[in-house]
Amino acid sequence: MPKRTDITSILVIGSGPIIIGQACEFDYSGTQACRVLREEGYRVVLANSNPATIMTDPDFADATYIEPLDVAVLEAIIIKEKPDALLPTLGGQTALNLAMDLEAAGILKAQGVELIGADATAIDTAENRETFKRAMIEIGLDVPLSGTAHNMDEADKIVEELGLPVIIRPAYILGGKGTGIAQTAEEFEAVASNGIDASPIGEILIEESILGWKEYELEVMRDHADNQVVVCSIENLDPMGVHTGDSITVAPAQTLSDVELQEMRDAAFAVMRRVGVETGGSNVQFAVDPETGRQVVIEMNPRVSRSSALASKATGFPIAKIAARLAVGYTLDEIPNDITRETPASFEPTLDYVVTKIPRWAFEKFPGTGNVLGTQMQSVGEAMAIGRTFPESLQKGLRSLELGRFGLNADPGEIAYEDTPLDELLLEADVPTPDRIFKLEACLRKGASVDEVHDATKVDPWFLDQMLRITEERLALEQLSTDTMTRRAWKRAKQHGFSDVQLAYLWSVPESEVRAARKAAAVHPTFKTVDTCGAEFEAETPYHYSTWEDTTEVKGSDRPKVMILGSGPNRIGQGIEFDYCCVHASFALADAGYETIMVNCNPETVSTDYDTSDRLYFEPLTHEDVSNIIEVEEPVGIIVSLGGQTPLKLAGELPSELIAGTSPTSIDLAEDRERWNALCESMAIPQPPGGTATTTEGALEIIGTIGYPALVRPSYVLGGRAMEIVYDDDGLRAAMEQLATFGSLGREGGLSAERPVLIDRFLEDATEVDVDAIRDHTGEVIIGAVMEHVEEAGVHSGDSACVIPPPYLTEKTITTLESYATRIATELGVKGLINVQFAVKGDDVFVIEANPRASRTVPFVAKATGVPLAKIAARVMMGATIEELRNEGLVRPPVTGHVSVKEAVLPFNRFPNADPLLGPEMRSTGEVMGIDATTGLAFTKSQMAAGGTLPEGGTIFMSLADRDKAMGIDAARRFVGLGFDIVATSGTADALDEEGISVVKRLSKVTDDGGQDAPGETAVDLIDADAIQLVINSPRGRGPRADGAYIRAAAGAKGIPLLTTGSAAVAASRGMEEWLARPLQVKSIQEYHAAGSSD
Amino acid sequence: MKPIHEAALVLRDGELFEGEAIGAVPPGGISAGEVVFNTVMTGYQEVITDPSYAGQIITFTYPHIGNYGVNSIDRESRQPFCRGVIIRDPARRASNHRSEGEFSDYLVEKGISGIAGLDTRRLTRHIRDLGAMPGAFGTADEDLLRAAAIAEPGTDGFDLVATVTCDAPYTVESSGPRRIVAMDFGIKTSILTQLKRLGTIEVVPAGTTAAEIMSLDPDGVFLSNGPGDPEPLGHIRDTIDSLLGNVPIFGICLGHQLLAGTLGASTYKLPFGHHGGNQPVKRLSDGKVEITSQNHNFAVEADSLTNAELTHINLNDNTVQGLRSTTAPAFSVQYHPEAGPGPHDSRYLFDDFEQLMETFSTETLNA
Repeated sequence: MPKRTDITSILVIGSGPIIIGQACEFDYSGTQACRVLREEGYRVVLANSNPATIMTDPDFADATYIEPLDVAVLEAIIIKEKPDALLPTLGGQTALNLAMDLEAAGILKAQGVELIGADATAIDTAENRETFKRAMIEIGLDVPLSGTAHNMDEADKIVEELGLPVIIRPAYILGGKGTGIAQTAEEFEAVASNGIDASPIGEILIEESILGWKEYELEVMRDHADNQVVVCSIENLDPMGVHTGDSITVAPAQTLSDVELQEMRDAAFAVMRRVGVETGGSNVQFAVDPETGRQVVIEMNPRVSRSSALASKATGFPIAKIAARLAVGYTLDEIPNDITRETPASFEPTLDYVVTKIPRWAFEKFPGTGNVLGTQMQSVGEAMAIGRTFPESLQKGLRSLELGRFGLNADPGEIAYEDTPLDELLLEADVPTPDRIFKLEACLRKGASVDEVHDATKVDPWFLDQMLRITEERLALEQLSTDTMTRRAWKRAKQHGFSDVQLAYLWSVPESEVRAARKAAAVHPTFKTVDTCGAEFEAETPYHYSTWEDTTEVKGSDRPKVMILGSGPNRIGQGIEFDYCCVHASFALADAGYETIMVNCNPETVSTDYDTSDRLYFEPLTHEDVSNIIEVEEPVGIIVSLGGQTPLKLAGELPSELIAGTSPTSIDLAEDRERWNALCESMAIPQPPGGTATTTEGALEIIGTIGYPALVRPSYVLGGRAMEIVYDDDGLRAAMEQLATFGSLGREGGLSAERPVLIDRFLEDATEVDVDAIRDHTGEVIIGAVMEHVEEAGVHSGDSACVIPPPYLTEKTITTLESYATRIATELGVKGLINVQFAVKGDDVFVIEANPRASRTVPFVAKATGVPLAKIAARVMMGATIEELRNEGLVRPPVTGHVSVKEAVLPFNRFPNADPLLGPEMRSTGEVMGIDATTGLAFTKSQMAAGGTLPEGGTIFMSLADRDKAMGIDAARRFVGLGFDIVATSGTADALDEEGISVVKRLSKVTDDGGQDAPGETAVDLIDADAIQLVINSPRGRGPRADGAYIRAAAGAKGIPLLTTGSAAVAASRGMEEWLARPLQVKSIQEYHAAGSSD
Repeated sequence: MKPIHEAALVLRDGELFEGEAIGAVPPGGISAGEVVFNTVMTGYQEVITDPSYAGQIITFTYPHIGNYGVNSIDRESRQPFCRGVIIRDPARRASNHRSEGEFSDYLVEKGISGIAGLDTRRLTRHIRDLGAMPGAFGTADEDLLRAAAIAEPGTDGFDLVATVTCDAPYTVESSGPRRIVAMDFGIKTSILTQLKRLGTIEVVPAGTTAAEIMSLDPDGVFLSNGPGDPEPLGHIRDTIDSLLGNVPIFGICLGHQLLAGTLGASTYKLPFGHHGGNQPVKRLSDGKVEITSQNHNFAVEADSLTNAELTHINLNDNTVQGLRSTTAPAFSVQYHPEAGPGPHDSRYLFDDFEQLMETFSTETLNA
């Protein structure tokens, strides 16, 4: 049946900010959906609060609402746009939950909006664990035995029947939050009661333990004619017990016989039918008992997911794109397979390679949390690798993670396991942690048999034997050298996935020597194609991966080629913003007639959609892998400055004449403290006093001249890794110690003579400002935006809210900022983007640092001003002038007349033991944007979008550090004026009293040991009793458990909005004043841009 | 680590591939046959033991083969008839609760020789572009392999059925109510398993006459799958012709081509055939798509269909995948509804066969 003609406009809901468990994959699926629906002629209305996404670019929808994802906001959008249908299955759990809320509130019915892709009953059947389980039993499928509880009495009864261990899962949750395993009665009490609290409906499922079983997933698609296909099977290397998002996973499934796989396939189809997913993609998860083969259904997601993004990239079958077409009425056989173009989408992809996905975590960012993996997802990103065999793809995947590892050990990182005796290492390897995979190999190398390691860890013997092949190959290679390697031996080593860095380590020679010797032996990498069909049909889409075979499938081209290096796996400080920049560069350069080549290894992203660039290489971003692609493609330019730190770090090792835009020398100049200082001095641009040191003594010497407090940070890292404000010698020593050791930081660059530590005087109470600008080769500079931070200097810019246009800076200051930025860009010889950070104190402007590359704020600026900075930058890097681009219409004046606020979203709810305080180390995973007529309204929307909706009334708890008291008083006065009650600890209460602001209750203080300084109620008591609606608490102490930490943790646990700086409190109070005075209004980006550019 | 025996594969057009020898050691260090590729990712044991591969060397496009071992259930015939296997990366160690042995031992035990470690994707693309062709592999000298490849006749025009059919009739008992005669052109065990649901099966050699078949008093006759070219099998078409109209007939794969031939249609050779478990077939009666298991090099010419209606087509290339006689109670499909290996989407066809037998017996009674 062709597409539906009874609907003309469709509302698509995005997934909002990047959070753990919900990342770029929904930008990928949403972008695909929007594209397809518009191609089909529908009017697309999009709602998503995340400005860093590609989907919220004004080109991808007819009306794009960067507004908070909230029922009231969506209702306003629906009333305004009157869409005929709502497609809720492409925006993750967020979109699905919102669709359910809209349905439950009767809004969809009242406004005549039809849910397409999945209906409410289907969503409920899949999402409610008890309903789902009953449905499975009803259709004769096996499930783990279990029971549902709403309180501890019910829970205790169930566990009596099942016996320990059990798994506890709260109903209606995202990414496994609140899920846990209980081995003992004590653990059971804790996990079960937490789970009941975590579930929005106060319900938990208690299940028999299937820990150690094999875990599988099938990606299924169904159309309205009940045609169903399995797009991909996935097998987890980590046995049951680790969230699939935190597991190393492999496609296709490796250790299932066809008989078992077909049984699973039949079951998955039955699940789809019973749940009632009428059209679209879903995943169904299974556990298999390795002893008996018993298959049980674990869960299903009636929507596209992170796994479907992985499956799409792993197979070349674009699940989201096809799901969108199915939702509007097509059947699978009516949709062509993009890759072969001649065959239909109603088939099942077959692979002739192996795909391995490996997660990346950020435990080092959250002191106080362990690094043990469990049923709750904790990873922040992932890399995917393709190889002809599992050993090759595993080793490629490990080096794709950019954690200083270059494969499965056989590199300097393996030293960590050298001194641990085998029996101890076997015990350690049983505990799932980020480095378990390396421990497994170390066990095998220390002589443990595959069976011994399997018995200790339950990792499947097939995977272990494949790892043993790597070990055996390594041991054989150790006996060889660059001189004794034969052609066959080179090929064997490379086919086992060994990188040049590993071989260099094994042979104690430089990497360059390994490369030269391999080339001399005439062994060259080959590039094969991901084609959905195992080469049965000709592939039209150049989606390649490297391997070491006989022939290469890369086709020639007569257009000039530009290579864009992506940003690798997501991590805190480097995520979707950079993918946005790379994708935009690709679009702009394709429009300008270049052939674009994307290189990246992150399966979640739009950049790794084969539709985005002319050619896609799914490869690790290492010197060796990138060089191999350069040799086969011979690009005229390589873009390294749009993908964050990952490509930038490679720039120095790549042919400098190919680096497009700002030269690596200029990039280095900005990073080299001495030269940078000299540069600023010569331009008479003031800097906070500071210096560089490679030792603690050197650091103390600098302090002698600049004094405390000081900001200590390493060079060459993004996201403020290990950046710290120190107030005394002890703090300084600790910071230097941390930088010198092979800790998390050492892995990312570390302390060395080439990469010293920067020590600057920390300017207290200064306002931080970011400026994004572009300079072309003729010297013309355009200012993208001046962004004033809400939080004061010292809070990492990525974690701070910021505002365009700057609300409080004077005209004069803005002029100074723009002039400094322009001069710095000129002096550095920038050709492309530059981001300059300033601290403003009174009328004084200090430059903190300059980065001649794309910054995290580029997409936000583009959405706020309507100027496509990344596209302009890409063209400028390839030699276009701003004047030319102005004539093309790409460079246009920024739109004005509204205010945009960017707010960070922090993952503290995932790390309950970490203090949710902002500081110089970036810890946010994502961002949202609020747009409205005034700063106050935009700020209020940004808080709402970030999940901290400010209360419209009630009680506010205030406890402020002295430096925040002046601003706190301003905020308190405004809040009281709006009818709020204030409660405070004695110090803050005294300060408020003095100003004549009434405090309705004085509270006792929580002491460092968790007790209290006086009898009576504490803030924690009131928070726990739901008597507080907003917490304003700024830090005093710097210890991990300083007083405020308990309060902040309690607020986090209750989901009460928390502000930790005086300036945020002022912004919130002003925002509420305006918010309460004017009802909610929504406006699309297209409307803002049209209105702003007409004046 | 086991010692490596370097080996090569040479195709008739001279294309050379380097790898290493695995499995049984063939006489003279040479195995020859028609080289085809199969794209299944699981089900290697079923593929290797499928008699339809008589005369052929099977290339597996999926690199890892042998991961879950072998067992006594997943075999499709009494012995493998293929001429060899080409595998990128055979497993050293199996892992699965159903496994009864290692894949590499199985090859040796069953006398299947193979070559591993070569660029199977390059080989697959070569066959895709130039068609299935004879080839030879082994540890012998390249010149000898080349000569063997040239000498290898391929499968066109040969009666390969004679090499795989059973020597004597046998019975597969069932509690089902009917009696089915299955003509064995190289019948797969999975087909017998499905037919057993319907009734007792009398499996007869390919040369059995129509009279002999009718003397068994069948409710239906099943025409099995089998290897190679249907063209030289005129004697079997004659048998089918005598059966047509007298008894309900259901054919699969070669059985389908033979039924089509009996009804007057012609067959032709596809460039490299369909060998895999992911082929989309459309059921024309209602447009439903089935994902099917296929294994054939020859196909029925759509334009030549007379006395039959087209019931199923392959959505990849629109080839004929099913037909029904317009004059007699007979139908057939080119693909493998019994799976083994592959999806179960098409098992309803066995129910259709039962329905046909039911209708026929009712009509016969009433007549």
